[in-house]
Amino acid sequence: MLQTTFVLAFREIRRHILRSFLTLLGIVIGVFSVITMVTLGNGATEAIRTSIASLGSDVLQIRPGQNAGPGGGNGEVPPPFDPADVEAIREQISGVTAVTGLAQTQGSAIRNAQNWSTTISGTTNGYFIAQKWALSKGRQFSPGEEQAGKSVCVIGQTIVDNLFKGIDPVGQNFRIKGISCSVVGVLEARGQGNFGNDQDDTVIMPIKAVQRQMTGNQDIRAIMVGLNPEYDAATIRKSITGLLRERRGLGSDKADDFNVLDAKQISDTVSGTVNILTMLVGGVAGVSLLVGGIGIMNIMLVSVTERTREIGIRLAIGALSHEVLLQFLVEAIVLSCLGGITGMVLALMACVIAAPLMGLPFLFDVQINALSFLFSAQIGVVFGYFPARRAARLNPIEALRYD
Amino acid sequence: MAEPLIALRGVTKTFGEGDAAFQALRGVDLEVTQGDFVAVMGASGSGKSTTMNILGCLDTPSSGSFIFKGGHVEQLDVDQRAMLRRRYLGFVFQGFNLLARTSALENVELPLLYRGEAPQNRHKIAMTALDRVGLVPWADHTPAQLSGGQQQRVAIARAIVTEPDILLADEPTGNLDSERSVEIMELLTQFNTDLGITILMVTHEAEMAAYARTIIRFKDGVVEAVERR
Repeated sequence: MLQTTFVLAFREIRRHILRSFLTLLGIVIGVFSVITMVTLGNGATEAIRTSIASLGSDVLQIRPGQNAGPGGGNGEVPPPFDPADVEAIREQISGVTAVTGLAQTQGSAIRNAQNWSTTISGTTNGYFIAQKWALSKGRQFSPGEEQAGKSVCVIGQTIVDNLFKGIDPVGQNFRIKGISCSVVGVLEARGQGNFGNDQDDTVIMPIKAVQRQMTGNQDIRAIMVGLNPEYDAATIRKSITGLLRERRGLGSDKADDFNVLDAKQISDTVSGTVNILTMLVGGVAGVSLLVGGIGIMNIMLVSVTERTREIGIRLAIGALSHEVLLQFLVEAIVLSCLGGITGMVLALMACVIAAPLMGLPFLFDVQINALSFLFSAQIGVVFGYFPARRAARLNPIEALRYD
Repeated sequence: MAEPLIALRGVTKTFGEGDAAFQALRGVDLEVTQGDFVAVMGASGSGKSTTMNILGCLDTPSSGSFIFKGGHVEQLDVDQRAMLRRRYLGFVFQGFNLLARTSALENVELPLLYRGEAPQNRHKIAMTALDRVGLVPWADHTPAQLSGGQQQRVAIARAIVTEPDILLADEPTGNLDSERSVEIMELLTQFNTDLGITILMVTHEAEMAAYARTIIRFKDGVVEAVERR
């Protein structure tokens, strides 16, 4: 019996190929947009997550400053850290792999006629550990260089590209913010950071060199702490906060005047935001799927009216009313499932093409594909039932007389 | 006389309610014996179509009884009546009523499909029926590609493909010229004599009624006369 119904339904769909195609279109577009939006959205989330993870997910960055917000920020500029703070964290907090202070300034790097404005960071070898940033050439600072604050540097790929085109920079000298500096190493290229900044546009020198010869003070603008992944990041964070509050003399009534930034936390926040946007856009696309379903109902209703006489004939030659109902229902379900499959295939094709163009990874999401397909089948049942019932309830005598 | 195949006893049919009520049948009594060829005649509104709908198990009487093969049809529900149509009845209409954009073969197969016949049997039986009406070469043609006479022959093939006990024909020649009409009548006569199918045919034309052995005349919702020849 069910087989008969399928035979009839397929014959009917084939017989009205244009009408079937138009009915399908709504569902195709609906399923297509839901899957495309969600798949690309997932790709975007993943892209953000990996690029933030590349920052080093086991790194805490501590900077002076208050959390902006209602009641926060009284206009005072909080004091920077000093080298003793860095020492204190290194000695008193367990679970840290590297602690390094960072003194930063802007300056021009000049070699021959080339002039390039960049960021100069004064730090220690701990920076490379905390950032998990390897060198592509040369070496890190020697203990002697760090101790004495020698004028040596490790440079990013952007500096190499702008000042040392075509030559090996290691061992070369150039002028940076007015002093002569020799290159000992080159950092691996990292490309764009999460906020569009060029991570490779950097010159790294021993902190003492920067403090003594450029900033002229002992200020530390940031402390980077590498975490041992076996320890709980939140606990380490809490003890660092406690330690720094004590060292900075903050009473229990005062808010923190520094921020501990956790790359993982940033990653979670940003990808959470993108997820919400994905769901939002997916939801809008879902509405178009619903509209597609209403389109199916519309066409099925028209088709019931148009085929009144046919239904009369079927009933007269012995079709039971539930067989007519089933036939129309199966037609609607077959149409919406075909639409669902077509939409899925088109969406996957579109994603495979669009994802690389948008610089996103292509992630096949089984869940959203299954969900969209089931939803489109469901649409066939829900929106097909009403017209089908109407067909089944026709009086054969009147249906036969219908023109 | 043998037990009648069909018997109507005191059948009335009222359409509408209250003041708008219209009594189409006012107590119809009639009997049809197995193998008869009956022509039903009468003016429009005389109740012949209503009677045919009841006999075709498409409609139910308001009162009275309809006995078919010894069973009371008026006591059956919609699906049970549909099963009667499926097993014992074949219909031929004035307007042919074939499924559009559907080949002659598929049209003839349709009743077999509802009977749950297996595909290979379906094809064989339908081709036999088409052969009986002489349309095998046209099996793949859709109604739009066939003449009126051919369409009606497809419809007859569809009606007899299940070898029904009764063939109900509602003005089967109403849309055809006289030459085609004669062809159709000869086909019906042939199925009546060769296959023993009881034929009930509504007609306005005396020439067509002349093929029948029994003529039942309706007037104002009752059987006016029964002529046997």
